[in-house]
Amino acid sequence: MKRYSVFAIAREALRYHQGWEKAWASPAPKSSYDVVIVGAGGHGLATAYYLGKNFGITNVAIIEKGWLGGGNTGRNTTIIRSNYLQDPSAAIYEKARSLYEDLSQDLNYNVMFSPRGLLMLAQTHHEVRGYLRTVHANNLQGVTTEWIGPEKVKELVPIMNIDGPRYPVLGALYQARGGTARHDAVAWGYARACSAMGMDIIQQCEVTGVRSANGVVTGVDTTKGYIGTKKLGIVVAGHSGQVADMAGFRLPVESLALQALVSEPIKPCMDVVVMANTVHGYMSQSDKGEMVIGGGTDGFNNFTQRGSFQHIEETLRALIETFPMISRLKMLRQWGGIVDMTGDRSPIISKTPLGNCFINCGWGTGGFKAIPGSGWAMAELVAKGEPGPLAEEFNMYRFREGRFIDESVAAGVAH
Amino acid sequence: MSTRLAKGGRLIDRAAPQDFTFNGKRLRGFKGDTLAAALLANDQMLVGRSFKYHRPRGIVASGAEEPNALVNMGEGGRFEPNQRTTTTELFDGLTCTSQNHFPSLEFDIGVLNNYAARFLPAGFYYKTFIHPRAAWKHVFEPIIRQSAGLGKVPKDRDADRYEQAYAFCDLLITGGGIAGLQAALTAGKAGKRVWLMEQTAHWGGRAPVDGVEIDGTPAEAWVKNAVQALEAMENVTMRLRCMAAGSYDHGYVLADEKVADHTPGDGRPRHRLWRIRAGQIIAATGAIERPLSFAGNDIPGVMLAAAMRDYLVNWAVAPGDRTVVVTNNDDAYRTAIALKEAGLEVPVILDARATVTGDLPAKARALGIRVEAGKAIAKVKGGKRVTSVAICAQAGQGAVLEEIACDAVAMSGGWSPVVHLWSHCGGKLNWDAAQAHFAPDPARPPLNHDGSALVVTAGAASGVLLAGDVLANATAAAGGDVAPVASGPVEAAMEPVWVMPQGATIDLRMKMWLDYQNDVKVSDVQLAAREGYSSVEHTKRYTTLGMATDQGKLSNINGLAVLADSLSSPIPQVGTTTFRPPYTPVTFGALAGEARGDIFQPLRQTPIHAWHEAHNAYFEPVGLWRRPYCYPRPGETHEQAVHREVVNTRTNVGLLDASTLGKIIVKGPDAGKFLDMLYTNVMSNLGIGKCRYGLMCSEQGFLSDDGVVARIDEDTWLCHTTSGGADRIHAWMEDWLQCEWWDWQVYTANVTEQFAQIAVVGPNARKVLEKLGGMDVSKEALPFMQWADGEMGGFRVRAYRISFSGELSYEIAVPASEGRAFWDALVTAGAEFGMMPYGTEGLHVLRAEKGFIMIGDETDGTVIPQDLNLGWAISKKKADYLGKRGQERPFLASPDRWKLVGLETLDGSVIPDGSIAPAPGTNANGQRNTQGRVTSTYYSPTLKRGIAMGLVKGGLSRVGETIEMTRLDGSTLQVKIVDPVFYDKEGEKQNV
Ligand SMILES: Cc1cc2nc3c(=O)[nH]c(=O)nc-3n(C[C@H](O)[C@H](O)[C@H](O)COP(=O)(O)OP(=O)(O)OC[C@H]3O[C@@H](n4cnc5c(N)ncnc54)[C@H](O)[C@@H]3O)c2cc1C
Repeated sequence: MKRYSVFAIAREALRYHQGWEKAWASPAPKSSYDVVIVGAGGHGLATAYYLGKNFGITNVAIIEKGWLGGGNTGRNTTIIRSNYLQDPSAAIYEKARSLYEDLSQDLNYNVMFSPRGLLMLAQTHHEVRGYLRTVHANNLQGVTTEWIGPEKVKELVPIMNIDGPRYPVLGALYQARGGTARHDAVAWGYARACSAMGMDIIQQCEVTGVRSANGVVTGVDTTKGYIGTKKLGIVVAGHSGQVADMAGFRLPVESLALQALVSEPIKPCMDVVVMANTVHGYMSQSDKGEMVIGGGTDGFNNFTQRGSFQHIEETLRALIETFPMISRLKMLRQWGGIVDMTGDRSPIISKTPLGNCFINCGWGTGGFKAIPGSGWAMAELVAKGEPGPLAEEFNMYRFREGRFIDESVAAGVAH
Repeated sequence: MSTRLAKGGRLIDRAAPQDFTFNGKRLRGFKGDTLAAALLANDQMLVGRSFKYHRPRGIVASGAEEPNALVNMGEGGRFEPNQRTTTTELFDGLTCTSQNHFPSLEFDIGVLNNYAARFLPAGFYYKTFIHPRAAWKHVFEPIIRQSAGLGKVPKDRDADRYEQAYAFCDLLITGGGIAGLQAALTAGKAGKRVWLMEQTAHWGGRAPVDGVEIDGTPAEAWVKNAVQALEAMENVTMRLRCMAAGSYDHGYVLADEKVADHTPGDGRPRHRLWRIRAGQIIAATGAIERPLSFAGNDIPGVMLAAAMRDYLVNWAVAPGDRTVVVTNNDDAYRTAIALKEAGLEVPVILDARATVTGDLPAKARALGIRVEAGKAIAKVKGGKRVTSVAICAQAGQGAVLEEIACDAVAMSGGWSPVVHLWSHCGGKLNWDAAQAHFAPDPARPPLNHDGSALVVTAGAASGVLLAGDVLANATAAAGGDVAPVASGPVEAAMEPVWVMPQGATIDLRMKMWLDYQNDVKVSDVQLAAREGYSSVEHTKRYTTLGMATDQGKLSNINGLAVLADSLSSPIPQVGTTTFRPPYTPVTFGALAGEARGDIFQPLRQTPIHAWHEAHNAYFEPVGLWRRPYCYPRPGETHEQAVHREVVNTRTNVGLLDASTLGKIIVKGPDAGKFLDMLYTNVMSNLGIGKCRYGLMCSEQGFLSDDGVVARIDEDTWLCHTTSGGADRIHAWMEDWLQCEWWDWQVYTANVTEQFAQIAVVGPNARKVLEKLGGMDVSKEALPFMQWADGEMGGFRVRAYRISFSGELSYEIAVPASEGRAFWDALVTAGAEFGMMPYGTEGLHVLRAEKGFIMIGDETDGTVIPQDLNLGWAISKKKADYLGKRGQERPFLASPDRWKLVGLETLDGSVIPDGSIAPAPGTNANGQRNTQGRVTSTYYSPTLKRGIAMGLVKGGLSRVGETIEMTRLDGSTLQVKIVDPVFYDKEGEKQNV
């Protein structure tokens, strides 16, 4: 892999950029691998990357039915934070966040991690108490967050209307090193690094069946033929239920449409991420200048990658109340993604009834931020066959035991 | 020079001049102008700067596809960035400024990026700014952000209002060109309920400009007749300035009507957002002309050929004096002919096709225009305005044959159907090799609920371009069979030209713009392909092709073709990117509608709300309600007010507006059975006239709501819920009744707002009621946990002896309409006893002193009743209730769960909200272990010290132990575990 740098750009510029090599190869599948990962979203690619980097396992294929990063990884609003309430969540999201800090250097690909600060507004007394609880919890978890008053909120976000009329801002949970990153770059950076380690990323290849014998997976059927494997990792987000079904087990996961939108670009006016859970909406400004906006999920299951339009209207109402000056901006694009929701709104990183098959899913509306940490923990699970401490609590058998990791306690909007 | 011609202009009214300003310059246009036409009429070709390289940008198009000519428009509360001048109607007093430059449009420092363009190819930022780590956030990102963005940031609250409306129709036709009009005529005559909408301010679309004849009359006249005929049909609704933004499942269409954009401040809503449910949609949305990719095709003065014709014919504006026309099809000859006939110069028509036949070229030649076949533009020269073009052979690499001076270039690369509405909800496309465009595949339409085609296309949107074919296609789309006949010249086939000249060298390709606004060039797409970003979505994202505010209306197909060529694959195999709504950007305000300010979320008010306001209540939001938190007196802090209210209630008598409390009637032969499933305890055996406290759990077993249930009669119960929980619990009941137990005979009604409910609380409560007079409220007549109907002070009341404070307490319900009067009567009766109202915070303190739990404080969705020592409220006898199975799971039945206790600091101070009790050591992830947390914490004015409730591992078995709890500053404080009932442990006070 040729390294990227400002010098490489200068060198290439002189020859009109004719010398750049492919960011990743597009090989035909081999007949078998040590590990097959299904799904080349952020989580699948990161799993493969840390398999190679942390465990030296590189005879790996990542199989993707569409184009890599084209699922929720390429559709989300890129909020990164780790101010979660429950211990297992705080641990894995903070691991992810701290990996994001160095990810550009690690991958030699600028993923534009921008720890610009993140605010979760408290607009009822109940929310104030909830966020105070989170700050106390975060202090003990080693996650740096603080409670700030309305004046500080206004100072950080001058365009915000903090006094009402409906829900005056009473303060906010502030994570100074939360922020955003460039979603495509995260997928591309991991893909490039995986490819450089000799892994095969096989796009436009859908897994259509999982073959197993005696309780272990032997391989997968795909639209490009049968591929044998010693271990299988399923990392397909909104399609988890379907692939698990191929492997013969059921998951406590539902698939729902979640939508987002962007405005036309304007000059910089907000350099933190703001989430407002009482009114239900959140907003940040991309480096291009677009206001990036998201809201709630549909109330019914579907796979269409379109959502019900009234959510867009509700979200915009909420945000115009919070930021009156956005009223005359225009919605440029609007889209949806299918998110995989578990009963406690926390993910699954788990062994399955098949001995050598592992699943990573259930990140729902908020898994972009988790990509590096999730890949790290999943790689450990796949490599060792047993979860490490980051993954342990997220096993899917917790639902049977009632051992929920319920984050809805802390946040109405879970991104 | 671009200028206004002395004659002509079918859309302008020369008798109505309109004054406007651009960058402070005072300019004049006419009524009927678009802002773009008026700018051109004033020789303002340069209107902005591009996104990345800050290159000078001029007007290229005449409609919604315009990528360049965006301005900051208006001022103050009517300021709006990124306003597209080509779709903005001019009005008197309009003000606008150009965007994305510093210090001025003419001299922009950002243009340095242009000179460094070679070092800033597509995706350069992914490859650099990697070291040092902190530099991205602190140095590079701020610079990039500042030079990106387009329009200025609005500062003020929007001065306009917006409206939303619903409509239903059999057939929705989008697009008011001849295809849309013909489809509407056909369906209208057949009696269908038709909606016809057009995004511009005029009916007729392109045909009147292109000089088509329909049924022997000029298109202009045909359009006029068609509009008149349609207006006469009662079943047809017509809307101008109305843009269909997106089509969604089941025939849902969103349309934005720009009601008053051209008459700002006239009192009407600015936009009206239509949500239309249509049986079927006909997309008669036309086609958009494609630019050609030659070096310098972005220099101001290079314009789409048809757009140039629009300016000429519609607004009598000549974008240039000497215009070179460059094309791969016959249509562009219409522009050359129109220019020539207007007396302007057309030095040459460069036609990339090797042979040029057809009626239009013949006519051009006959007018004396030089036509060069097989020729191309090697390069356009000029900076802020075209000065000349260098001509070469299309087949070659760009060797210059000749240079021709000119001040404008009209280009045409063929036409692409507008398929957005077709594609939004799943319609598939075919590649039409002859016309080099993607057109809807009629065999694979988006489907309606019954499997029929939800969307069909008509006219140019179907991929047919000649007027006669357009009308036939539109007639058929609307189910008719007799189409008007249109005549026009015979046109020869176009030939796709994706790069001009065909073998252009890299230095030329680096100057060929695909996406004008985002500065994506042919070389960028080729680079993406070279680097493996070869899926069209990867290419789009890597280069930002098609992601600008025009959403790639001009660039997508050209970019795709270049990509296909780089990958050596056929275009259809490469495919298109997804078409996402909206078709053109929609103002947020329109999407939000009327729900702003005070009515953003309608405020629910109790009948007594006005009294609270008049008595200086400080309110807090509780769901959609706003409840008094306390009633501070002059000079009092909120805290002092709460303390006064609590003490007065404990020692004397207080008054609480409890109307927000949920009240749900559950009635029917199976109501008792139903409630026994819903609540953890038994409700079916509750005696008539009695009250019982009950708990409700989710299926998972977690406590979700609580409240007092009253048995009204043999088959009627009244369930009180928490204020915030009423709607949720009512929906929960209905969910079970409608989805699971639909054969049970139970009816529910949420009567929360039908009653005002007032709590009279404190040792003197009975005296106040006796003073009011009426029903017997003695201990004997109305004992604790019973209710009775009666009369009090002349009001019909239902009085409950229930208490959430531990005091002697009556909750008295009256019909909502009498609530305020009853409250006033109580206030009067209580005056001599020193009765005071108290708010929600007082209520909280009172209940915490008694160790009563509060849903949302002691519970958070992870707590089961057993955790709160409420096992007594869980029936052991019942076979089942919602949550029972959940609670039996190992983790929920574990003895290690955190359980409710009281907490007290050693020094009497108040434990901070949210405080957590750390335990020794750390877990496997290095996080500090914990053993409990505070759930409610208050200063008790009754006990004059801090009191708290919390959940602690081991629960009441640890009473007497001292543990540490966190403070926000990182320190800890010493806390003793105590019984959670801090006051009147025996419960003597409430039962008197
Ligand atoms: C609108 C929206 C906004 C969001 N905002 C945020 C946010 O602000 N912050 C945040 O942290 N998270 C956010 N999320 C959530 C986040 O996007 C996801 O949790 C995360 O991207 C999931 O990554 P993934 O790799 O698991 O899934 P994906 O990226 O969806 O990858 C799964 C891949 O599996 C492939 N696949 C599926 N089935 C098969 C098969 N049979 N064979 C082969 N391949 C298959 C899919 O094509 C896909 O590429 C948001 C999500 C949405 C939709």
